Amino acid sequence: MSTMESRLAMAQKPVPAVTKVPKAVSPARAALRQFMKSPSGVAGAVLLLVLIAGTIFGPWLHPVDPLDIVGMPFAPPDADALFGTDYLGRDVLAGLIYGGRATLTVGAVAALITIVIGVTVGALAGFFGGWVDALLVKISEFFQVLPPLLFAMVLVTLFGPKLSTITVAIGAVSWTSAARLTRAEFMRLRDLDFIKASRAAGAGNLHLILRVVLPNALPPIIVSATLAIGTAILFEGGLSFLGLGDPNTMSWGLMIGQNRNYVLDAWWAVTFPGAAIFLAVLAVSLVGDGVNDAVNPRLRRR
Amino acid sequence: MTPVLSVENLSVSMTNRDGDLVPVLENLSFNIDKGRTIALVGESGCGKSMTALAIMRLLPEGFVITGGRIVLDGEDLLAARPKRMRALRGDAMSMVFQEPMTALNPLYTVGDQIAEVLYYHRRLSRKDAAEQAVQFLKAVQIPAAEQRAKAYPHQMSGGMRQRVMIAMALACRPKLLIADEPTTALDVTVQAQIFDLLAQLQDETETAIVLITHDLGAVAELADEIAVLYAGRCIETGPAHEIAARPRHPYTRGLLGCVPHLAVGVAKPEVWTDLGEIPGMVPGLGNRGPDCAFLARCANASELCRSKPQPPLGHVEAGHAVSCWRAEEIAA
Repeated sequence: MSTMESRLAMAQKPVPAVTKVPKAVSPARAALRQFMKSPSGVAGAVLLLVLIAGTIFGPWLHPVDPLDIVGMPFAPPDADALFGTDYLGRDVLAGLIYGGRATLTVGAVAALITIVIGVTVGALAGFFGGWVDALLVKISEFFQVLPPLLFAMVLVTLFGPKLSTITVAIGAVSWTSAARLTRAEFMRLRDLDFIKASRAAGAGNLHLILRVVLPNALPPIIVSATLAIGTAILFEGGLSFLGLGDPNTMSWGLMIGQNRNYVLDAWWAVTFPGAAIFLAVLAVSLVGDGVNDAVNPRLRRR
Repeated sequence: MTPVLSVENLSVSMTNRDGDLVPVLENLSFNIDKGRTIALVGESGCGKSMTALAIMRLLPEGFVITGGRIVLDGEDLLAARPKRMRALRGDAMSMVFQEPMTALNPLYTVGDQIAEVLYYHRRLSRKDAAEQAVQFLKAVQIPAAEQRAKAYPHQMSGGMRQRVMIAMALACRPKLLIADEPTTALDVTVQAQIFDLLAQLQDETETAIVLITHDLGAVAELADEIAVLYAGRCIETGPAHEIAARPRHPYTRGLLGCVPHLAVGVAKPEVWTDLGEIPGMVPGLGNRGPDCAFLARCANASELCRSKPQPPLGHVEAGHAVSCWRAEEIAA
């Protein structure tokens, strides 16, 4: 450091008067600020938090087992059962609370699986190109041409209607769009100057992928991850509706599926879980929209 | 003294759509000693940047080194394994890019980006690396370095970013610095500052510099040696002052004729002189025959030139070599 110190001594003399050094704001913080400015995004986040809080704290306020028979079947909403009972006489409110746990967890975990598989495949394909890209694109095209709902039904039928199977099945059929998105971002970023500069500074492929390219590719990936939660919730609802839900775990989709034959006799047993799914997906979409505006300034509507 | 970098008969080719090899760089040789600077000069498309990337072993896809040797401080780079190359890049040799606006990662603070190099190559702790990063920002004369280290690239001007790039490139005290048109994207006044800075830092670190430029003003300021490239071939090489004062190759003369000279005072309209130009274009890749590549554009070309292949680099004086059949006549 001896020469650097002499350099330093030299450098101290001609330093011009510093007028003002702008305050550094990290990109993540800037995005959060931007998100807080979006009314629909904040509304969605609040709605989502209310739903999550309901499933977490609900059992304390309403300690009823959703699988227990608490009264006559098809009891309309009244003081005993706030949202009525279903075709077996089970409490719909308890179903909503516990079913929300299952549904929201399936949504979040399935979205996570979707993103992990999709980002891994897309990152490798986009970063390396060549035969790696060709191979991975072929594999992802194979998954793309399968009708997702049918494919998921096959998986659930094969491995049994358990919540874990359903989650994995949803992830397995929906990762391709995340893969395509990530691949495109990586291909765009791969040849940028700062990637070359990192390489020239000695960075290896793993470092480049994880620490240099991926953070720069994150904005659209975050948006697609958020929206994937909504899609996964709908998917779980769809599978349960078709009778492929886990019969031992209450979920919103299962409630609709089991009560759908009696919708004209007991509207409440179908309408309330349906509304819950609607609100959850709406909340997630609003959040996704807000996140998109926050992290993607180029697409921001004026 | 063994040179820091020795490039011997380096040839680079590109694979075209038909899978054929098209030469991009042919038989380039040069040496640089510790603390010295060589300038690679030429128009766009002459193979200057390809030389730099070949030395770093970072040629784009489709480009291959077809021959020659690159020896950095006694180590044959073309025989080095990828892991060894990664260890050398950023440590023993580093590079400053042309575009400071895009060569920094927009998501990390500049302090972090300099510290990262030290953390990776020098195995410093995060804290020490961050402290040294501030020292380096001071060394490249960035005011209020402590605060600036926490700034993101988009909060800095082009000149400041290029200083950051230089700090990053010199952080591990490399033996060799490749500066690929480091000032092309900057204002003229900032250009001079950057060259001064490079020259000062070179005095202290004794780093050998390969300066890639088409700015002959810069060459005069910084370079000890010059190699003039044309269409992937070295056509004139020698000491900087010698080539600036007595260029032999018609192309070098043409290049020097393109540099504007300003005289103080108001010029009378009748003494205005047109700035020189070299008519025509560099022949495209694949259109380069065995004959002199500059033939089609050369004002001095004769029947002799047309009948013979590209001449070898012939010494006209000690250290000054020219690839021209008529070098003797032109000098006279």
